[in-house]
Amino acid sequence: MKFSEKWLREWVNPELDSTVLLDKLTLAGLEVDGVEPVAGEFTGVVVGQVLSVEPHPDADKLRLCQVDVAADEPLSIVCGAANVRQDLKIPVAVVGSVLPGNFKIKKAKLRGVPSFGMLCSEKELGLADSADGLMELAADAPVGKDFREYLDLDDITIDVDLTPNRSDCLGIAGIAREVGVLTGSDLTPVQVNTAPVRSQNTIAVSVVNSEACPRYLGRVIENVNVKAETPLWMQEKLRRSGLRSLGPVVDVTNYVMLELGQPMHAFDSDKLNGGITVRNAQQDEKLTLLDGQEVTINTDTLLIADSAGPLALAGIMGGEASSVGDETKNLFLESAFFTPINIAGRARSYGLHTDSSHRFERGVDPELARNAMERATALLLDIVGGEAGQITEVVSEQDLPQTQTIELRASRIKRVLGIDIEKAQVEEQLTRLGLTVEAAENETWQVSVPSFRFDIAIEVDLIEELGRLYGYDLLPNTRPQGTVLTSSITEHQVQVERLQTLLVDRGYQEAITYSFVDPTVQQHFLAEGQTAITLANPISADLADMRVSLWPGLVQALVYNLNRQHERVRLFEVGRIYTGTADNVEQHRYIGGVVTGGRFDEQWAEKRQAVDFFDAKADVEALLALGGGDVEFVAEQHPSLHPGQTARIYKDGNAIGWLGAIHPKLNKSLGLDSKAYVFELALSAVVTAEVPSFEALSRFPANRRDLAILVDENITGGKIERCLKSVESDILKGIQLFDVYTGDGVEDGKKSIAIAFQLQHSERTLTDEEVDALMQIITKRLEQDLQAVIRA
Amino acid sequence: MAELESQLQALDDIVEVAVSAIESASVSADLEALRIEYLGKKGKITAYLKQLGDVSVEQRPVIGKSVNLAKQKVAGLVEVKAKALAEAAMNAALEAEKVDVSLPGRGEQTGGLHPVTRTLQRIQKYFQNIGFDVAEGPEIEDSHHNFTALNIPEHHPARAMHDTFYFNAEMLLRTHTSPVQIRAMEKQEPPLRLIAPGRVYRCDSDLTHTPMFHQVEGLMVDENVSFTDLKGILSDFLQAFFEKPLEVRFRPSYFPFTEPSAEADITCVICDGEGCRVCSHTGWIEILGCGMVHPNVFKHVDIDSEKYLGFAFGLGVERMAMLRYGVNDLRLFFDNDLRFLRQFN
Repeated sequence: MKFSEKWLREWVNPELDSTVLLDKLTLAGLEVDGVEPVAGEFTGVVVGQVLSVEPHPDADKLRLCQVDVAADEPLSIVCGAANVRQDLKIPVAVVGSVLPGNFKIKKAKLRGVPSFGMLCSEKELGLADSADGLMELAADAPVGKDFREYLDLDDITIDVDLTPNRSDCLGIAGIAREVGVLTGSDLTPVQVNTAPVRSQNTIAVSVVNSEACPRYLGRVIENVNVKAETPLWMQEKLRRSGLRSLGPVVDVTNYVMLELGQPMHAFDSDKLNGGITVRNAQQDEKLTLLDGQEVTINTDTLLIADSAGPLALAGIMGGEASSVGDETKNLFLESAFFTPINIAGRARSYGLHTDSSHRFERGVDPELARNAMERATALLLDIVGGEAGQITEVVSEQDLPQTQTIELRASRIKRVLGIDIEKAQVEEQLTRLGLTVEAAENETWQVSVPSFRFDIAIEVDLIEELGRLYGYDLLPNTRPQGTVLTSSITEHQVQVERLQTLLVDRGYQEAITYSFVDPTVQQHFLAEGQTAITLANPISADLADMRVSLWPGLVQALVYNLNRQHERVRLFEVGRIYTGTADNVEQHRYIGGVVTGGRFDEQWAEKRQAVDFFDAKADVEALLALGGGDVEFVAEQHPSLHPGQTARIYKDGNAIGWLGAIHPKLNKSLGLDSKAYVFELALSAVVTAEVPSFEALSRFPANRRDLAILVDENITGGKIERCLKSVESDILKGIQLFDVYTGDGVEDGKKSIAIAFQLQHSERTLTDEEVDALMQIITKRLEQDLQAVIRA
Repeated sequence: MAELESQLQALDDIVEVAVSAIESASVSADLEALRIEYLGKKGKITAYLKQLGDVSVEQRPVIGKSVNLAKQKVAGLVEVKAKALAEAAMNAALEAEKVDVSLPGRGEQTGGLHPVTRTLQRIQKYFQNIGFDVAEGPEIEDSHHNFTALNIPEHHPARAMHDTFYFNAEMLLRTHTSPVQIRAMEKQEPPLRLIAPGRVYRCDSDLTHTPMFHQVEGLMVDENVSFTDLKGILSDFLQAFFEKPLEVRFRPSYFPFTEPSAEADITCVICDGEGCRVCSHTGWIEILGCGMVHPNVFKHVDIDSEKYLGFAFGLGVERMAMLRYGVNDLRLFFDNDLRFLRQFN
């Protein structure tokens, strides 16, 4: 809501300077979002009148004007504006004036002709952002008068960012009421008189949907002169509120809306067919609106219609056909109350947001319509003349918002706000807000809410008003007193923070990428037949699909950095991925990473080596080691990963993620020109942890036995390990696979594996026989299960 | 006697040669060779004794004494020289092993957390220390939890203000972390204290908006929780977070799910309230929204609003991080540019 300070002060004029007044508004919840002077900074500009206009001898576009500024003699001023003409009244910057931007007006020669000042446009005076000629002043503007004084320009425009609950402040009257309460000042509202009825004409009104339109007032005004000028004072108030002047009739309805908060509409009554009907739209009804667009109206939308069809979207925007134009002679003026819930969302569904819909959606005082009608009538009769008819009012009392009576308890004020407010203060402040307060028994009050406060429905709404007026800043700060709650210190879960720290310590930077990704990137990461969940209204085409993996985002971040001369990149992210469908979605948290470049940063002490699968695997193993459990890496296929360097990761038998090299065939489409390894693990599985369980330390020496075997090349380390784990023994304490060899001395298709066994008994020293017996079992198992050949 | 003299002279000569050889020995192996050459079983001094043949009985003690002295002298010299050589060898070895300690250490350098995580962790730690649990909720949310249960019915102007990403009529990306309040209260009876950090989404992207950002929601429900408690807890938190005794100002505001509602401003941390571009020359920075839980919200989750009161607050994590670290462009948080990320390591 934008308005000028002077206009507000016509209604309420506390003895406070602007800064203090604005701070009070902000601290009462009417946040002042901007303050601007209503005109640029200038001095020395006066009202002038053009006496004569002659062509400039040496320039086609310039004219030489004689201008009366009530000085001893007229001034000769050269002017280039197209609209300069005899008798026109304009603002004149005389020699010695200073215009905005510290532009000093001096005597000058323009193409050889002396000029003693400058005729000004609105733009040059900082009254508008653009202008297409001189500012034309009213015929009665007093020549010679200081222009600032004439337009009362020492004023500011205040922009209050109103929260949606405060529709009562969407007019000067409401803001003034608020200022009155905040400053203890009395209001001087505008006097509204009932207009004399001079026309017998009325137009019948029938309200079909009275729930949506509990009150509708209409009035005919005949024989108006729509060519009349809107008075300057009104134009200025509109301008200072951010509205352009659009002709006297629209200006008046806008003015009343800004002043009282009642949106109104004027129809050209000669363009109406029969009476007015307020009803919902029928299927496929169409209307061309004032802004020129044709809309097909939904049946949930309330219409103002006549016998020929829709005239206006009620409370939103009028139609073009029935609008007031240059030829209009007779008006039909509308002032109504539309129920917020029947207006809310409708404008938006047509891509509209109007001053009218903004107000009706939030709530316009249902008791305001008649007062506004009289106010608008009086203004119109003053400006465009004419004869007003009788007001037609259709009202459905039962559909009007009912006056609320709320019980307010002193005890509740204390519980919610944390302080006691004196009884007298409670009563005084609520009364000033326009509420009716009656003291009742047991420190309670019965409070009735005026029709303009749509935001007060229950006790706590009243308490908020009291807190607000008391001043949130004056309320003390206290510390909550509460029940001591129990908390969990589980050891069955690793803290996510620990995982993040681990990767950070292993050289990773944490990334945060968008949860929606580019579908053309993500397609490479989809499993066969998998589809991503798609946003209905994405912000852009490249952020349209919900990610099914952390990889698309991480790989894009990787490429972003590779393109900025980073050779070695290690990124990880913790976040959700989204699978299934929107209505049946799985959205679990994952931890994933991407690695490329050297094993270490380039450094003097190490030769550069490219990272490989096992570097990335070490990081994944370190993550998984935090939680323990039975972890396996199994060679499986993933559509986006290298078929020979991909492991599916299992923990306690459940698949929990993947590790692998990005498939080289994707490099081109991903914009990747180096080998990158990625991993991704279900967070819930990674954090699941085993609580340590103590085992007594053996006092007896441990033995080590090594074994070298030959197996088929395709027997994996994991398989050998599983085979060995299946050997049951009390004394086998550890197994390490410490060498893998193919090449000279090993026949093709085979590999040589060396394994170390740690053996120990908890209660005595092992005998050679015991050890030999176990090694026999082990070799037999390897021979049987894996067709291994024992080498040594 | 002349014979004796010449014999002793011969011994002196041997010793003299030995002394100069020992002195000029430069490695311990040479020295060992000399020791053997002179003092060994077949050494020169022993050989000297042997070649004396038959020495008279009178001369025997004289020569014997001289030989012993000679042996002692040579042995002493060898010992001294051995120590000197050992020390020199040690020094040489140390010198050889000298490294340039100013060169960087070998291996992995540590990385770092994203500044949003860093900020989240601090916020989380603060509230966990005063007994708040960390709660989570889904990001693809239904409109009931995101709006209706939070007292934002369909067509409420606040819904339009949220610039929501939709999947269909019912499912959306949560626009705030407030639905976690609802989910927590559905699950758990009061008293409760929780914070809910996480990603939120608005269909808005420009200089000061990214379509995804992070919030932390806070909720405390108990029998005696008041607005002054809310003010107290948040003022304490903001001062702790910025580690400055800054002023905190509460202004009435409006959120459908709280009543009374407030917004909190802090003294601009960039200019200390003097007025600058960041605070639009007001000296104040809007930092969070808060209020007392609206009775309609309690009604949606079956909590008796006569018995229980609650407060809730929500704050923007990126905004906190920007003010804390002086970051001037919101979009940097999601570019994941290493030059940016590494500044927080």
